[in-house]
Amino acid sequence: MPDLLIELFSEEIPARMQARAREDLKKLVTDGLVEAGLTYASAGAFSTPRRLVLSVEGLSAESPTLREERKGPKADAPAAAIEGFLRSTGLTRDQLETRADKKGAVLFAVVEKPGRPAPEIVAEVLERVIRTFPWPKSMRWGTGSLRWVRPLQSILCLLSDEGGAEVVPMTLDGLTAGNSTEGHRFMAPARFAVSGFEDYRAKLARAFVMLDASEREQAIWHEATTQAFAQGLEVVPDAALLSEVAGLVEWPVVLMGAIGEDFLGLPPEVLQTSMREHQKFFSVTNPATGRIEKFVTVANRETADHGATILKGNGKVLSARLSDARFFWENDLRTVKTAGLEGMAEGLRHVTFHNRLGSQADRIARIEALAREIAPLVGASPDLAAEAARVAKADLQSAMVGEFPELQGTMGSYYARAAGLPEAVAQACKAHYQPLGPSDTVPTDPVSVAVALADKIDTLTGFWAIDEKPTGSKDPFALRRAALGVIRLVLANEVRMDLQAGFNSSIVNLVGSLNKANRLWLLTAENGDEDDLVFELLNLTSVRNWPANLHVGPVGYTKDIVYDAKDDAASFVRIKDGGEISVDLLAFFHDRLKVHLREQGIRHDVIDACLAMPGNDDLTLLVKRAEALSGFLKTDDGTNLLQGFKRANNILTQAEAKDGVEYSFGADPKFAETDAERALFSALETAEAAIGPALQAEDFAAAMSAMAALRAPIDAFFEAVQVNADNAVLRRNRLNMLHSIRATCARVADLTRIEG
Amino acid sequence: MTGKPVPPRSFQEIILRLMTYWGAKGCAVLQPYDMEVGAGTFHPATTLRSLGARPWAAAYVQPSRRPTDGRYGENPNRLQHYYQYQVLIKPSPPDLQKLYLGSLEAIGIDMDLHDIRFVEDDWESPTLGAWGLGWEVWCDGMEVSQFTYFQQVGGHDCKPVSGELTYGLERLAMYVLGIDHVMDMPFNDPDGPTPLTYGDVFRQTEQEYSRWNFDQADTDMLLQHFRDAEAECERILAAPETDKAGRRIVMAHPAYDQCIKASHLFNLLDARGVISVTERQAYIGRGRALAKKCADAFVTTEAGGGTLADAGA
Repeated sequence: MPDLLIELFSEEIPARMQARAREDLKKLVTDGLVEAGLTYASAGAFSTPRRLVLSVEGLSAESPTLREERKGPKADAPAAAIEGFLRSTGLTRDQLETRADKKGAVLFAVVEKPGRPAPEIVAEVLERVIRTFPWPKSMRWGTGSLRWVRPLQSILCLLSDEGGAEVVPMTLDGLTAGNSTEGHRFMAPARFAVSGFEDYRAKLARAFVMLDASEREQAIWHEATTQAFAQGLEVVPDAALLSEVAGLVEWPVVLMGAIGEDFLGLPPEVLQTSMREHQKFFSVTNPATGRIEKFVTVANRETADHGATILKGNGKVLSARLSDARFFWENDLRTVKTAGLEGMAEGLRHVTFHNRLGSQADRIARIEALAREIAPLVGASPDLAAEAARVAKADLQSAMVGEFPELQGTMGSYYARAAGLPEAVAQACKAHYQPLGPSDTVPTDPVSVAVALADKIDTLTGFWAIDEKPTGSKDPFALRRAALGVIRLVLANEVRMDLQAGFNSSIVNLVGSLNKANRLWLLTAENGDEDDLVFELLNLTSVRNWPANLHVGPVGYTKDIVYDAKDDAASFVRIKDGGEISVDLLAFFHDRLKVHLREQGIRHDVIDACLAMPGNDDLTLLVKRAEALSGFLKTDDGTNLLQGFKRANNILTQAEAKDGVEYSFGADPKFAETDAERALFSALETAEAAIGPALQAEDFAAAMSAMAALRAPIDAFFEAVQVNADNAVLRRNRLNMLHSIRATCARVADLTRIEG
Repeated sequence: MTGKPVPPRSFQEIILRLMTYWGAKGCAVLQPYDMEVGAGTFHPATTLRSLGARPWAAAYVQPSRRPTDGRYGENPNRLQHYYQYQVLIKPSPPDLQKLYLGSLEAIGIDMDLHDIRFVEDDWESPTLGAWGLGWEVWCDGMEVSQFTYFQQVGGHDCKPVSGELTYGLERLAMYVLGIDHVMDMPFNDPDGPTPLTYGDVFRQTEQEYSRWNFDQADTDMLLQHFRDAEAECERILAAPETDKAGRRIVMAHPAYDQCIKASHLFNLLDARGVISVTERQAYIGRGRALAKKCADAFVTTEAGGGTLADAGA
């Protein structure tokens, strides 16, 4: 059983692409080998900045001979039939076998596919993999047409067993596979031959190349933390940076240096971001002072001066970077101290948020209006929420965020404090962006919550209005994340809010704000009947005076037409009526909510049963109901009641369908024949009496336990009576009773949606 | 390697060594283009010559202007007028990385003491309709060059591919010479009879241009010039291919000059803060449209390989 070693040696592969490339190489090559009939015991892929490596152990030396038998027509079949069979098998008449069958002589084709030696298959598979490798971005070089992530310089492809190693013969666009490679670019550049994976790995290590990325990561982290520990310091963990740095070096050498005293007063986020983004440095904190005081850089080589020159150079670059950062910081502080954050935000009037949704300033005004409206629902002061909304995005105009966009919000909080704004406002500058992902923290301060909700809802209704909804895997404006953010904000803070009302307010804000600055074209779904549309909008918004620059046109209107009309300042909003957007957006929220709740173990049919209930745009209420129902259905009472309900519902539905009437007149106890019927009557009455107030109090558990009390009477009822009695009066009364069961349960949840 | 490199002593010595090095490696050592450009890439020796199938190898210094980077000569690293050293070789040779590293040794960087790294950096010039893949080259954590394999220029696929090297000369020289403020850097031999620093040569011009760029440039006039350059570029390219004597002369270079002009005028307008974010995209789009038309014209000319026998292949 030979082993296979492949090394694709190239110019520097981007660090961020290496992990995926290892996986792809392993999968594509091994899949190809298996498809061609080879088997293998195990495979492992490795990468350094300059090489992508695959080691396959225990590969079969050749693919097996395959014997395929196909039954053809009878020996005395018409010539055309026999010819067709010959064509499809690629054989000649004398190569066919004739065998006796029950029905007589039948022709058989026996095709033998001889096995192929592994080298032939490997060469074929590797060439195909190289030519079709799924790099996120690839390039050509020189005069060739081959594509690779960066110029491919050599190919090592070796099959080895106890008998020795053999190069797999292959040539690809002028590159001939061999058995040799190079060591470290500077420390051991000579080419050397290898005889197999172990030899390769060992010789690389001697040539200052650590083949395994995870080994490099461990070495870096171990050395960095050891050096820091020796000085009583701590390295700030950063897994993404560690993996990136490990992809930038073949021979990691960890060096620790000090940050200039002048820069230690910068916010830690600034230090960390500047060092990480520009220099790929780790931050090192001093637990005694709580400050970031040192950095760790990872060089790609050892030097005679033990890295002194390298460290000095890196320190110098860092000082230049941090001088810039300090310049931005001091400038920004000056701006907010003289002009305030609102002064800083001034320029946002000239910054486009989206060419159809106005400027950032337009957007902020909308968020402010909405935040003011939401504030009372989350226990925040409307004035504070409005103030926070006004300044929360001011830092987009700061020099620091211009340089480090990832510090948006963080800088806003610093600058708000420097401007002497209330702490709740300062917090909201950062927190209103949150939660940024499914694992990010959810803000709890009421002002932050109000602004965060307003920001996200404005974004969602805006992009819905201009018809830029997410489709499939495309979600360029991160709208799914925004919706999940709203859901998490609402649920975590138990916010009671009718989302649809919020959407509608937001749409009114949108139409109003775009109309102020631009000519606004409302695109209608149909033919642009202006009167109807305006009427609908008036209904929706109770706005009485539409400004003169409002225009209405059908959806087919394009920007080009308006350009022709010399109207390049126009905005386009697709509104048949605002309600349609709200409904569609709410459905999107419900989908997101299902995904969110499924992860928390609530089944989708349980959610459907609750979505069918009124008030389904109040997510807190909706989830309370879903949680109660989910718990209820896990009890014996719950499952049995569900069975009883379904039986009642089925009989009733069938009867209604058959009779063409609805049995909803209410049953009369005087027609009750049995005790079981009478017991059910009184149980329904009791349940009704309990369910009403429980629902009123939003105590879904109580409502469901009242519903559960129906279980025994329903079971007994079905035991004792036949609903479809011969007596028409009795039958009608019983069906009406089933209707009561359905109606009573339907007040709690739509149990017809529950599966099973 | 033949012993340790001798450290250079001045800015101009570094330039001269690069000239000598790349000249010896077979490049035509060209002179700067005589127009205001934002980067060495704009020199027709790069933009236009990276197109078509004819082999090319050129190296040159290009004075470059970025009006928004002006700091009145006060910032240690930022200048509105600075120098780039540019190398373009087509087709990119297989040992271009080695050649490049050799140039660092030539200017006195000791490979045994420094940490040189190739860090992913894809290059894209929206104004030129160009992109390529490559790296920024780090020396001890400092970016000293851009290294790019051109894939497309002016909307045309580069076949063959050119390798482009761009050195930020001031920054590189400051590092090699151990200088912290650009204005303190020796421009010529510090022990010569008339030692001049970079500041002696450029401090005053940085101040003057910073003021003009930021406060004084006449924006109405600049806008008019932009429109003029754009119109002239289009007009030149729309002219008949044959002149009055019946010769076929496509005026790709004169048209491209107007394209360069428009690009620089845009930069000046940008520095004056009169271009909004939305307009910005539109201006860049207009610039790109010109660059693309110039490229279209160039590839039909002899230098653009348009008359090569195999050009159509």
